[in-house]
Amino acid sequence: MSGTTTATQTATASTATMPAKHFMNAKYGLKSWLLTRDHKRIAVLYLITVTAMFALGGIYAALIRLELLTPGGDFLSADAYNKAFSAHGIIMVFFFLLPSIPAIFGNFLIPIQVGAKDLAFPRINLLSWYLYVIGAALALIAIVAGGVDTGWTFYPPYSSQYSQSHVLLAGLGVFIAGFSSILTGLNFVVTIHKMRAPGMTWFRLPLFVWAHYATSLIMLLGTPVVAITILLLAVERVFGVGIFDPAIGGDPVLFQHLFWFYSHPAVYIMILPAMGVQSELVAAFARRRVFGYSFVAFSSLAIAIIGFVVWGHHMFVSGQSMYAGLVFSILTMLVAIPSAVKAFNWAMTMYKGSISYETPMLYAIGFLGLFVIGGLTGLFLGAMGLDIHLHDTYFVVAHFHYIMVGGAVMGFMGALHFYWPKISGRMYPDAWGRLSALIIFIGFNLTFFPQFIAGYLGMPRRYYMYDTDFHFWNLMSSAGASVLAVGYIMPLFYMAWSWIYGKPAGPNPWNAKGLEWTTQSPPTTFNFDETPIWNEEAYDYDPEESEAEYEKEFGTIN
Amino acid sequence: MWDFPFLPEQASTFAGEVDAFYFALVGVTAFFTIAIYAMIWVFSVRYRRGKKANRSNPPTHNNFLEAVWIVIPLGIALAIFGWSAKIFFDLRTPPQDVMEVHAIGKQWMWKFVNEDGKYEVNELHVPAGRAVQVKMISQDVLHDLYFPAFRTKQDVLPGRYTTLWFEATKPGTYHMFCAEYCGLLHSGMIGKIHVLKPEDYDTWLADVGRSATASGGGSGNAIVDGAQLFEEKVCHTCHKTNQAAIAPSLIGLYGSEETLADGSTVVIDDAYIRESIIDPQAKIVAGYQANMPTYKGQVSEEQIVQLIAYIKSLK
Amino acid sequence: MSESHTHSHPQGLVHHFDDLKQQNEAATLGMWSFLITEILFFGGLITAYIVFRGLYPEVFLHASHTLDWRLGGVNTLVLLCSSLTMAFAVHASHEGKRDLAFWYLILTILFGTVFLVVKYFEYKSKVDHHLIPGTASFTFTEGGVDAGKAQIFFFLYFAMTGVHALHMVVGVCLVGWIARNVKKEMYTTDYYSPVEMTGLYWHFVDIVWIFLYPLLYLIDLTKTGGGGDHAMVNVKSLMKFFG
Repeated sequence: MSGTTTATQTATASTATMPAKHFMNAKYGLKSWLLTRDHKRIAVLYLITVTAMFALGGIYAALIRLELLTPGGDFLSADAYNKAFSAHGIIMVFFFLLPSIPAIFGNFLIPIQVGAKDLAFPRINLLSWYLYVIGAALALIAIVAGGVDTGWTFYPPYSSQYSQSHVLLAGLGVFIAGFSSILTGLNFVVTIHKMRAPGMTWFRLPLFVWAHYATSLIMLLGTPVVAITILLLAVERVFGVGIFDPAIGGDPVLFQHLFWFYSHPAVYIMILPAMGVQSELVAAFARRRVFGYSFVAFSSLAIAIIGFVVWGHHMFVSGQSMYAGLVFSILTMLVAIPSAVKAFNWAMTMYKGSISYETPMLYAIGFLGLFVIGGLTGLFLGAMGLDIHLHDTYFVVAHFHYIMVGGAVMGFMGALHFYWPKISGRMYPDAWGRLSALIIFIGFNLTFFPQFIAGYLGMPRRYYMYDTDFHFWNLMSSAGASVLAVGYIMPLFYMAWSWIYGKPAGPNPWNAKGLEWTTQSPPTTFNFDETPIWNEEAYDYDPEESEAEYEKEFGTIN
Repeated sequence: MWDFPFLPEQASTFAGEVDAFYFALVGVTAFFTIAIYAMIWVFSVRYRRGKKANRSNPPTHNNFLEAVWIVIPLGIALAIFGWSAKIFFDLRTPPQDVMEVHAIGKQWMWKFVNEDGKYEVNELHVPAGRAVQVKMISQDVLHDLYFPAFRTKQDVLPGRYTTLWFEATKPGTYHMFCAEYCGLLHSGMIGKIHVLKPEDYDTWLADVGRSATASGGGSGNAIVDGAQLFEEKVCHTCHKTNQAAIAPSLIGLYGSEETLADGSTVVIDDAYIRESIIDPQAKIVAGYQANMPTYKGQVSEEQIVQLIAYIKSLK
Repeated sequence: MSESHTHSHPQGLVHHFDDLKQQNEAATLGMWSFLITEILFFGGLITAYIVFRGLYPEVFLHASHTLDWRLGGVNTLVLLCSSLTMAFAVHASHEGKRDLAFWYLILTILFGTVFLVVKYFEYKSKVDHHLIPGTASFTFTEGGVDAGKAQIFFFLYFAMTGVHALHMVVGVCLVGWIARNVKKEMYTTDYYSPVEMTGLYWHFVDIVWIFLYPLLYLIDLTKTGGGGDHAMVNVKSLMKFFG
């Protein structure tokens, strides 16, 4: 199977040449990049910075797993460990996962997919990137200057009064990066509402756009709340007085409510775009319209909306009343439904398809497999009776990594491999891509599955020394992490190689449907020479036609 | 290292049911995971590009199927909710007759005071077969008292009492963890809980010689320390222990109900006593002047627990 | 404004939009979306306010006595006037009356500045009366309420009015910039959406104050004190719910 599918690509790729003029060679010089208003260039800027942050967050992950290789504190000091997991969390959540798919692929693709020349507010888009960079820089300064040791959750009163580390700088970084997120969301909402090309009706939009629309709503409605919350925390830390300080009658639990009011929906900011990518990938490689298009589209909105009223499930043991726990728990059960709907629809999309298995499709299958486990283990934690035992153990760590890494990062990698030819104009070596996808899938499960068991055994998270009861599972996890690391490092090399030496991809190397595949690769600065008119339904694929083409070229294999 | 358990010991009345519930959920997870994996597997093999198969009229949607995978997961989710709510209520509703233990969390140790005023540090002895309620408060940041073998935990907050309860079933020694990140030595804020047979517990209780003491010394008994503190802080000049004076008498007060100046009533419990020490003006008992000075910042949470222990002992 | 500006384009049209109508609609939707995020931003503060007023009603009641409802009232009036002049400015731009629009904008700036000056004197009196939370000299004794909890009121007072005042400063600068552009004849009767958007923002900041004024200044206008805050009874039970 592998030989033949690669052959398809090379067949299309070898005939293609790089276009003479495209967005990357439209102008030269650093200034033309740093002052650009082209959404595609901004996307490339994000790609570089976000990838750098991912690498840094990954290094911290490696430090954590090294320390946990043995039960004693052999490798890092307690202080260094606390700072390592805080840096890992802050970088990965605020500076990698939140901006990753929306700011890179959303930025690049949404205008093209809706048939516009750019996002509605190009200068605000550039401002978003600068805000992100300033936020990231502040967080990095905090880390270099000695680190932060509060965890990414910044719970007071530890963060406001007790921590001796650079909470203020890191908090400020998160605060500023938050505005980057708000402005990106705002740009997407307006673009999707007002910039669609003639014929591009709401129900002809790719599901990627629907997912980003839902994501943008969360960015707009949630981020300001965490921004003000972090601001209040910062003021409390500087002036020694504030509303979270129990000594004067303030309430640290209020911080948790405000924090999770954003930070739970923020989980959906991370996963919804990956779900959007998933729809694109499954449709393109199964040569099928996404099964139950409108159900998948509306389930994104349902997730975004219900996601705003489940925050209390992070607080079953925080001291909120039993009845609040009940309400949040039942709402949490409801949010599982739209996720289940999506999973079944993706699986059904493969039915009667004409399926090929290039790298992006392997990531899509990996996403589905890991997301199902991640989602279902969420039920364990949403069920109060069990969450009492599991709260703040490694079970939680395993669960959210199945969603964040197994879901969001798999989606990110899938998008990267799917749209790389569109962005760079060149193909990467597919065999290497498939190998890395496989290594990541195996390494991921080796790393995080043992953590479910360690968690149920009762190992609390954020422990740098632990009881020998948990040693076996931590050893497994650390061993798996080294496999996972190999999987993540490989694409850095072959992607960089392909940037220069890769074969020109042509406008549509995957034979995929959608406006973005009608443009040249890489596209020109304004995407389209004239405003396109779109007459197709979304995912207008025909598996039988795909088979006929395949047979014409290669014959049947059985 | 090479013995790798899958479950913590089952040592409380909850443990069995929580584990059963856990395995039920593992079953649900396995079922759906296998269902999805099977779909992927079968379709991947049957509809691989280049493989002959019937691909005519591929369906684009099917409302019946959508309804199936909305209604069935919803039913399962609600059943999970129902069972978990039942367990949750049990975990959060202690029986009437409980043995009370006070816990104070501070960076990075646990201090316990039992009903007899005996102190323990990072260790807690409890009898098997008896419901125990732990009343917890933090001296500094958030903590969380976690007993994996009992399948229960609860955050420990500064400024306010929270509680958890359990009934240990199996004598033995089990883990005690802090499960809410609390700074540098969070992973060192651990200890052991010893479940003793009732007769062993009585022996342990009688062995005063091995008792820990309060931070900063003292008699080794919280009730005695509380009485001494009551004198030191000159509480006794107003709160005569034998008669009602300018302040209410405290004898037999604990657990009773009092009417406040605004007509509402309040039960005199740990939280009320603590508030009355820290912010005496907040709830004034009817018929008294609001003239008690605040002791905010002058007594530690541990000392408040000593005072409560003392007031409780005034019968 | 755009890289390939051709003369066939109407004034103000940016290249990536098809026409002014689309551009104006985009700007309007963008501004409204932004204002919604602003509501959520203030929403966090107002949630905190509701929580603590619910927890400590009598403290809020006594502490609010230190705020001068007359000064707050004057500022409310000033802001209402500024909103009116702002609305006139937008209308004048729509009709192409540039000079009129310019002077209405200047008036708006004046009203905004008056608001900020009054605010400055209010803040100064808080400093003079040792009502700055977090400082060692903080003293509040009225009604025998706990000084710590009174600090929470003043913390929220400064946080809420401070963030609002910051928005006012931004607003005054924005209106100034728009006035300059009006003077430079950058807008036409078809293209004046920057004036309109600034107006939307200005009205929003005004409305926020309309909420802050009663929440902070008018808790107990009759100064009868005591007796509890009956409006807050339900909030109190809600507090118990969320812990």
